[in-house]
Amino acid sequence: MQIMLGDQHVTPEMEQTLRKDMGLDLPIQERFFRFLYNASRGNFGRSFFHRRPVMEVILERLPATIELTLCAMLIAIIVSIPLGVLAAVRKGTIYDRTSVVTAMVGVSMPGFWFGIILIILFSINLHWLPVSGRSTFSLSVPSVTGMLLIDTLLAGRVDSFIDAVKHLILPTITLGMAMGATLMQVTRASMMEVLKQDYILFAEAKGLKRRRVTFLHALKNALIPTVTVAAIQTGQLLGGNMIIETIFGWPGVGSLVVRAIFNRNYPLVQAAVLIYVMIYVLMNFIADILYTVLNPKVRI
Amino acid sequence: MMVTDTDPSENVFNNNAGGINQVEEKTVSLFSINIRNFLSNHLAVFASIIVISAIVVSIFSPWFAPHDPNKTNLFLRLQPPAWMEGGDWRHPLGADHLGRDILSRIIYGTRVSITVGFSVIFIATSIGILTGLVAGYLKGYFDIVISTIVDILLGFPYLIFAIALMAAMGPGFQNIILALVYKEWVIPCRVVRGETLAIKEIEYVEAAQAVGASRFHIMLREILPNILSPVIVVATTRMATVIILESSLSFLGLGVQPPTASWGNMVADGREFMLEAWWVSTFSGIAILILVLSMNIASLGLRDAFDPRFSES
Repeated sequence: MQIMLGDQHVTPEMEQTLRKDMGLDLPIQERFFRFLYNASRGNFGRSFFHRRPVMEVILERLPATIELTLCAMLIAIIVSIPLGVLAAVRKGTIYDRTSVVTAMVGVSMPGFWFGIILIILFSINLHWLPVSGRSTFSLSVPSVTGMLLIDTLLAGRVDSFIDAVKHLILPTITLGMAMGATLMQVTRASMMEVLKQDYILFAEAKGLKRRRVTFLHALKNALIPTVTVAAIQTGQLLGGNMIIETIFGWPGVGSLVVRAIFNRNYPLVQAAVLIYVMIYVLMNFIADILYTVLNPKVRI
Repeated sequence: MMVTDTDPSENVFNNNAGGINQVEEKTVSLFSINIRNFLSNHLAVFASIIVISAIVVSIFSPWFAPHDPNKTNLFLRLQPPAWMEGGDWRHPLGADHLGRDILSRIIYGTRVSITVGFSVIFIATSIGILTGLVAGYLKGYFDIVISTIVDILLGFPYLIFAIALMAAMGPGFQNIILALVYKEWVIPCRVVRGETLAIKEIEYVEAAQAVGASRFHIMLREILPNILSPVIVVATTRMATVIILESSLSFLGLGVQPPTASWGNMVADGREFMLEAWWVSTFSGIAILILVLSMNIASLGLRDAFDPRFSES
């Protein structure tokens, strides 16, 4: 409280009123139980900074985060699975080694730095893509779902859609990089494991085409670990989101939370962390279910 | 494989001072075989040399750094690297927005990354070994309590947990270590618990119980030396992650505070000037990339050498 007020001139009465207003005048245990009671009913209190209910502020920005996360996940899956399969099939070749090294670099690269390098390269030097934000102001469309890609299509504005895609490219690549690299490693490893199995040898001995064996017999089994890792990774993307959204000025929950931390806007931080954790647990749960569905050998 | 199977258990009986001493023995021990395997992996050896050099640089930073990392000189503001126009070999990688030498700051920044990496892993692994041994060997209530805490902590996404803790505790060097240890110990703990559960059924542990060794002795002297390999492998793998997490926190401004140079806050400094001075962010990021990549490659090499289950060949 003292820190928030700083050295502004406030009378003790004003401070008391403010404390009471923010609910900071109660003893700590009472505050805690009140928080639990209210949180269980979806009420996380009011944001110190916005002077509005925290949930409202978060829900307003959630679609942007979901849009970015989903795009990053899709790109990571679309790129990494074929690359992983190819690397496993052509094990030991130059292609395999290059992709293994690339994946290793991708895992080791700090996301915040990669994002900045992409901005320097593609936005500042080449002027191909916008530096930050979600859309150009003049091309804005009425919000229906909050996800710009869908909203622009609903409004039938092709120029706005292209604009939204342009804004999405860099953050998506940055966010998807680490996930894609991990997924590629997992796909490659599990594909190599599957290709060693007897039934693959049998399928080949039967005279089936190589491609058919790879994509029909092997891939189906090799994808089991990939799918579960993808679900868990999507939960983890949320953490990466905070950093990537800050770099690209993406108006989502991540950048909101980072700002809230510096404003000492604790109700918002609490609520956002709780929501993140819930999504993370949910994704892990989905991963467990997917695993049993895909792999009938395992029972929960 | 014969040597692999018999040697560690022989050691436990012959040498009550603990299996770690097997390194010094003249006989071919499991440990020396593993080391030889590791040395035959040239890429991993090269990567470990880089990691070791980083450690040396971090210890002797004042000798390596050409300038004082915090000395500002506004005449040198945003001076480009030496090979570009306006550059100067006295500041090979250029200078930042306050005219501080970037190379010197990167060299001093090694300290933060290495210190945080090693302290977090050391503390977390020690806690993990103790709790894991207790949970795995004593079972009962200990196991229930420890496993529940572990499961709860696993439910949090790592970076968000660390960010939330840093937000609550406030930035600072010790707080980063604390915030990361809070969750990091869970990982060695699970590994140790699993390995302990498997190893406690083996005959030599039963034999030690039969001759009346105390539970404390069995945990630390009989079980621990034989589960160290996977623990070391996990610790080296995790160190790379911890270093990235530290730099992410510093980048967000929640970690090491300026003017202390850390790679994360150097990238953040450069972000404001990326229009005119790309070099401020770029080089410190490359430093993170090289260190983390080397750690990952070295730990993969260690894993292949120490844990034959993972070996691809």
